[in-house]
Amino acid sequence: MDKEKNNNMIQVVGLTKSFKSGESELVVLKDLNLSVPKGQFLSITGRSGSGKSTLLYQLGLLDKPNSGEIIIDGVDVSNLSKEESTKFRLNKLGYVFQDYALIPELTALENVLIPLLMQGLSKSEAKEKAVASMTKIGLADKLNNLPSQLSGGQQQRVSIARAIAHDPEIIFADEPTANLDTETSDSVLQAFISLNKQGQTIVMVTHEKEYSDLTDRVVQLSDGKIISDINHKNKK
Amino acid sequence: MHEIFEKKLFLVYYFTMSGSSHLVKGKRIKNFIISLNLGTFLAYRQVKRSSIGTTTLIVFVMMLTFLNLVVVRGVLVGLIQSSTDLYREKYSGEVIISNLSKKSYIENSPSIIEIVKNLPWMENYSPRYVESGKVEGTYKERIDYTEDANIAGGAFTGVNVTLEEATTELSTMLVEGEYLTPEDTDSILLGANLMKKYLPIEAPGLLLLENVEVGDVVRISINGNTKEMFIKGIIKGKGAFDDRVVMLDSTLRTLIGRNDYNVDEIAIQIKPGTDPEIVKQALLTSGVGETARVQTSDEALPKFLKDIQATFGMLGNAIGSIGLVVASITIFIVVYINAITRRKFIGIMKGIGIDAVAIEFSYILQSIFYALMGVALGMAILYGLMVPYIDANPINFPFSDGILVAEVGGTFMRAGLLLIATIFAGYIPARLVVKQNTLDAILGR
Repeated sequence: MDKEKNNNMIQVVGLTKSFKSGESELVVLKDLNLSVPKGQFLSITGRSGSGKSTLLYQLGLLDKPNSGEIIIDGVDVSNLSKEESTKFRLNKLGYVFQDYALIPELTALENVLIPLLMQGLSKSEAKEKAVASMTKIGLADKLNNLPSQLSGGQQQRVSIARAIAHDPEIIFADEPTANLDTETSDSVLQAFISLNKQGQTIVMVTHEKEYSDLTDRVVQLSDGKIISDINHKNKK
Repeated sequence: MHEIFEKKLFLVYYFTMSGSSHLVKGKRIKNFIISLNLGTFLAYRQVKRSSIGTTTLIVFVMMLTFLNLVVVRGVLVGLIQSSTDLYREKYSGEVIISNLSKKSYIENSPSIIEIVKNLPWMENYSPRYVESGKVEGTYKERIDYTEDANIAGGAFTGVNVTLEEATTELSTMLVEGEYLTPEDTDSILLGANLMKKYLPIEAPGLLLLENVEVGDVVRISINGNTKEMFIKGIIKGKGAFDDRVVMLDSTLRTLIGRNDYNVDEIAIQIKPGTDPEIVKQALLTSGVGETARVQTSDEALPKFLKDIQATFGMLGNAIGSIGLVVASITIFIVVYINAITRRKFIGIMKGIGIDAVAIEFSYILQSIFYALMGVALGMAILYGLMVPYIDANPINFPFSDGILVAEVGGTFMRAGLLLIATIFAGYIPARLVVKQNTLDAILGR
């Protein structure tokens, strides 16, 4: 499991997640094994209810598995406390949610700023990094706009800027193009591809084949199990 | 500046400690400061960019809550305070000398009056003769002697009209007629509570004069002596004189046969700013206490007033406490609704790594902001509008003119209590929401 040995950014072993619904138990992920090398752009696909978002939440430390191990960047994160998980998410992970998940009272810049301030950066350092991040995704002219003053695509890009501002090891994206039109979706995906080319590890859940085909690797889930694992990079 | 201060604080802490546990503590303190800073950052922006209508409404509710906390109690206390003030200003003065309980008058009154006159703090004084008696009206028209006479009983008070006016401004209590002059040996001022016209109530044993007016002749009976006298005026001041018949001291002295000039009470008005207790002690030191009872006006208050004062004080505190609980619940509801409607965003913040302390602190700060705004507005209305207005237009209660008592110290203490309650009432709902599962909050389930 040593990071030095296998160069895996994510290592999942025997991951099981189930939900209780009254007397019955619904198993969403069944003894799942997966490894994601550093710098890979992985897309997780599958039908609705296949467990792809649940897998992303486990990997992103937003939820806890019933059993199994998740090792991220050499750290077993399966048994971290709530506070440790929060700290880990702050320092190692970045998130892009389907509905952008921006704080409405904060401007675009401030939305990007808050994780940096939480990391203990001074306001000027944080601002510098946030502006750089906004510039990177082409929104340098929208720094002081509130989310309500931005289009869906722009909001999603602010969300990406927030996810990358603190230089995370992995970006998790949950259906980032689901609420966007084709043109905007393309630009958002291009932003991810561009980040990936710079070495960023990205795990994206999507049900859109044309976008998953653009990633390095596609893992397809069905009933909580991996039914196919296609590595595009190897094909190229 | 703030950042430099934080760094210095951290470095001072770091270098004064040694060992890894201290290092961990130092790191925790640093993280805590970071959280507080971010909480401030979030709170400021949330308040700044929240709807003006919502902010106004919350501040308005907080203002009413604060006023409820101060004003209801203030009116209750003010009701009795004005009675007490009235008793002091319009009857007893700051210090009153009266007969000992086993004596029917103050012995050696002339020498006591001399002592009073020579007190350095004395502003005015009024010696009074007091004797119970009856006053009968319309006795000349009485035909049927099987019916009750038109009689009222009361305390007859003989005063030096000039000294009494200087001490209690008795003339200001006239509602009809004129004040007595030193020549009015055959005239009286009738207390309004002895007349059915002013006290229209029926009660067993309560005798009130009917069909008598200013200018009418009444017959007074004291110690078996009777005298016909004119009603020169009616006094009504929600005080002790309302139940009395006032006449010249010389007239009453003759009627009761008091030739030794021993009076029944001496009201003393002292110079402003003087502690009545000092005057009382000076009188006792002079030996006045051997032949008379010396009391401050507070001590001399009638028992019913003292009882009401205690009861209303207790009621005021109870209402104040309930007000504080209501205020806390109001803030709790406001913050809880605010936090619940923002549950998703709280989840997102936790999701991206913002710690719970920062989020909770932002809600506490918002609560404090709303409370401070409400208190500031409430104070402006209280001291800028309500207190001056009610002072100028007292609330007309049957036994006093109610004022609004809102001592600055007490008001600030209540504001402080409200703020403390606000901190808890703001923290608890924020904590409840922040504690919820992060993913459930994000997904709204």
